[in-house]
Amino acid sequence: MSRYIARRAVIALLTLFVLATATFFLVKLLPGNPFLNDKVPPEIQQKQMEYYGLDKPVVIQYITYLKNLIQGDLGTSLKYIGRKVTDVIGESFPTSAVLGLIAIAFSQLCGLTFGILSAQFKNRWPDYLLMLIAIAGVALPSMVIGPLLRYAFGVRLQILPVSGWGSWQQVVLPAFVLSLSNLASTTRNMRASMLGVTTQDYIRTARSKGLPPGKIIMRHEFKNSMIPIVTNLGPTIATMIMGSFVVEQIFVIPGLGKHFVNAVNTLDYPLVMGITIFYGAFLVTMSLLVDIVYGLVDPRIRLS
Amino acid sequence: MSEQTILSVRDLAVSFDTYAGEVQAVRGVTWHLNEKETIAIVGESGCGKTVSIQTVMGLLQKPAGRIKRGEIIFGGQNVADFTPKQWRTIQGNEMSMIFQDPLTYLNPTMRVGEQISEAYLEHNPGVTRAQANERVLSIMRLVSLPSPVQNMRRYPNQLSGGMRQRVMVAMALICDPKVLFADEPTTALDVTIQAQIIDLMNGLKEKVNTSIVLITHDLGVVANMAQRIYVMYAGQIVEHGDVDSIFSSPKHPYTWGLLGSVPRLDSKNKSRLYSIPGTPPDLLAPPAGCPFAARCKYAMNICKRQTPGQYHFGKQGQYTCCWLYEPQAKERLHQAQQQRGCAHHD
Repeated sequence: MSRYIARRAVIALLTLFVLATATFFLVKLLPGNPFLNDKVPPEIQQKQMEYYGLDKPVVIQYITYLKNLIQGDLGTSLKYIGRKVTDVIGESFPTSAVLGLIAIAFSQLCGLTFGILSAQFKNRWPDYLLMLIAIAGVALPSMVIGPLLRYAFGVRLQILPVSGWGSWQQVVLPAFVLSLSNLASTTRNMRASMLGVTTQDYIRTARSKGLPPGKIIMRHEFKNSMIPIVTNLGPTIATMIMGSFVVEQIFVIPGLGKHFVNAVNTLDYPLVMGITIFYGAFLVTMSLLVDIVYGLVDPRIRLS
Repeated sequence: MSEQTILSVRDLAVSFDTYAGEVQAVRGVTWHLNEKETIAIVGESGCGKTVSIQTVMGLLQKPAGRIKRGEIIFGGQNVADFTPKQWRTIQGNEMSMIFQDPLTYLNPTMRVGEQISEAYLEHNPGVTRAQANERVLSIMRLVSLPSPVQNMRRYPNQLSGGMRQRVMVAMALICDPKVLFADEPTTALDVTIQAQIIDLMNGLKEKVNTSIVLITHDLGVVANMAQRIYVMYAGQIVEHGDVDSIFSSPKHPYTWGLLGSVPRLDSKNKSRLYSIPGTPPDLLAPPAGCPFAARCKYAMNICKRQTPGQYHFGKQGQYTCCWLYEPQAKERLHQAQQQRGCAHHD
């Protein structure tokens, strides 16, 4: 087990190295430079470039970056003057993480329940209703559903705040919107998985023991149906916790999501790099965790 | 039915409604099981053996499958009319089933001990976890599962095929069932393990006082385990008798075919293994008359038109449904018996 984790950690580090390298050179391929501004004289722009070492050859910049990276230094933001990249991430990530965790908890709870129900009522009206919700959840993007809900609950009904961050009421709408697409896909996956398990031979064995349907579902079908669901969980958790640009933009939430896009738009090289590496590290860790959890669910692939 | 009959099935017919139409899987079978007896239902794949015992155990896939007519008398009640809830009090408790493939019929994500104890806990409310574990250990010893304490905590994939089938047997026996159904219990096992499981089941019958209904197409298994045999073909019983009569003087041409297709060690020439030509009839549209007529070498005109009645032989209750035993067909029968003698005893 520990050997396996060690091996996975080495692979993870290699992955991150490749990721850092690719991102570094790809970002440099973007046209323009961070200090391009008509109102600023070219000499000053040149000075700025020199100050940040951006006038040096790309390879030299890359080596410098890697050296700093190994020491845990992600550099300073070019746009938020004087602020370290780690500080920018450190300040905004907890917000996104809280929102993401709530959204994941909600989407998994509802998605799994809906999936189980849907499978039980296969091809009857509760199934059709839940599948309609699931399709709507996938088809309606958050930039449509978010403003609609904001209008309905915030403006019309006035029961929930339209935006901001701090109180629990302000979490409800964004968490719901953020969870929708995952809720929908979990419902669909769980339904399909349950239906696959229901026809397995061991379910017939369970029935032959005289177990009531509820116990068959909970003891025999649920755990076996979770196997494919767990596979998707790692990347899902990673993306949802990292914050969504759209949802955070709509509900004015000071999360990490907005930096994703803004950093690229403003060519804030260190911030782009920092966020990418942070995201990559998180994703790799999550998938390792999921692989370990996988063994708990399915003893056949338990790591020896 | 001189001895104590514990389970009897009368004129049971089961159909499945499919898109193509009604599949008449079981078309009026009658059989019974006496106390401490092992009976075998024999026939090739798709003849309705499995469907009929699954129906008797209340495991019919609803709503596609339904009991069209007939009675299943168990414990003085016609269980064919039972609601699912009533069924559950019997299933796994008074009747239990050993399935064919121990790998696919065991839950891969549940510990073996837990799977064995499940029925016991369900049917004995108030039993504690510790008591159930005691019971599991004793039943695991009974079926000769090695190191039960360790194996209890294992998952099915960590056990060998033979051990898995022992787990299935343990699971079926945990509540001391009155009737044990064994649906091809040895088919998925390799030959040496087959023998072990047969020995195990024969030994257990003495110890736990249960009656067994064995479903198989393997006549070797039948000879080793059963006292009486029902030969089933296309959803009907075509012959019945005690093991000796069926093996020494089978009556129905289908039974001749089944016995003829068993490989023999004493066969002198290197002849090909006999197989019954043709395939069983489509149960979507079962033929009028004898269902075997189309594959029968000795079929007469009447066979294709009218279903034969039962013809009885001897005192052991042997009977067959075949027109050859009609007095008028005496000549034909004689011919057939001679031909059969030549075909199989060279």
